Amino acid sequence: MKKELKQKSKHIYWNPYYGGFLLGILILFTFYLTGRGLGASGAMKSSVVSIIESVAPTHAEESNYYSKFITEDESPMKNWLVFETLGVLIGAFISGGLNGRIGWRIQHSPKITSKRRLVFALGGGVLFGLGAQIARGCTSGAALSGMAVLSTGGFITMLAIFASAYATAYFFRKNWI
Amino acid sequence: MGPLIPNGVIPIEWDNIIAILIGIVFGFVLEASGFSSSRKLAGLFYGYDFAVLKVFFTAAVVSLIGVYYMDYLGYLDITQLYVHPLYLWGAIIGGIIMGVGFVAGGFCPGTSLCAVAIGKIDAMVYVAGIMVGIFIFSELYPLFQPIYEGYFYGNVTLEDSLGINPYWFVFIFSMIAIVAFVVSDMVTKKVKKIFY
Repeated sequence: MKKELKQKSKHIYWNPYYGGFLLGILILFTFYLTGRGLGASGAMKSSVVSIIESVAPTHAEESNYYSKFITEDESPMKNWLVFETLGVLIGAFISGGLNGRIGWRIQHSPKITSKRRLVFALGGGVLFGLGAQIARGCTSGAALSGMAVLSTGGFITMLAIFASAYATAYFFRKNWI
Repeated sequence: MGPLIPNGVIPIEWDNIIAILIGIVFGFVLEASGFSSSRKLAGLFYGYDFAVLKVFFTAAVVSLIGVYYMDYLGYLDITQLYVHPLYLWGAIIGGIIMGVGFVAGGFCPGTSLCAVAIGKIDAMVYVAGIMVGIFIFSELYPLFQPIYEGYFYGNVTLEDSLGINPYWFVFIFSMIAIVAFVVSDMVTKKVKKIFY
């Protein structure tokens, strides 16, 4: 009986309006406290910058892009978004733990292999990482936080992301449906 | 008056502690809403699960109304908030590339972190991919520089760009969101159910 209950609760998520409401309040609260919004890809950029800085310091300093994020006395990892991202990992781990969703797995449609899923995940990640740099932010930093203050750039990025995802969904349908 | 940290109401030393706390709530809400599942996220693009649309637009409407209402009541100075800048072609081209990445990989950066936290290996590969993407951009920066730094219109809002009254815009945007929610429920009923 207990096991059955545990099985059942695995895929029960919050009502999306409830989750959305809390997320909206969190964004409001973040702006109220810090004057800025949330972010996610920023921490990954800091990680890349600090890896390159330690592996090839002269290359990082000479690069026009890495050098923007390198300061003399502080590590690029000492950054608001990096701390926030650590929090995201902790928060998601707590939520997943409370609902019995933690475990090593590769999630994919039964119609495709794990290998195919991982190949597409890698390719999708590369594209998202590239796009997030060009647009100076991802769905969190540019679209969601931008929209909260009516940023024109945020709205345009949001529209471009969803328009392009819908336009190309047909070509990736095998992976999902 | 807010924002509290830039105005010195809360000392700057709290900044990083607050960052972690905000992150914890962010991660918890995303994971509890089901955003650690790529198959749930991808439902948006095939019509079998509109959770992303509902969470995303509810959050946008709530935060927009909240920001403008707190500004109206004098608790928050909207002019001090960071407005994501507009680099027109960067926003469009970057967004288009991200959209393909979203539907190919099934995550965006924030949601992939949630999935990493609960042990999804595909999400770890996705995050590695993001870092490779950032690396490619950085190495080929001179190539991307014209769209990254060009077509700059400042840190503009829709009020500046369209000359629209923000209060009316928030109202209309909220109405559009409600219509979208109703339509999405109708679509879900018509589309073949996917169990995941």
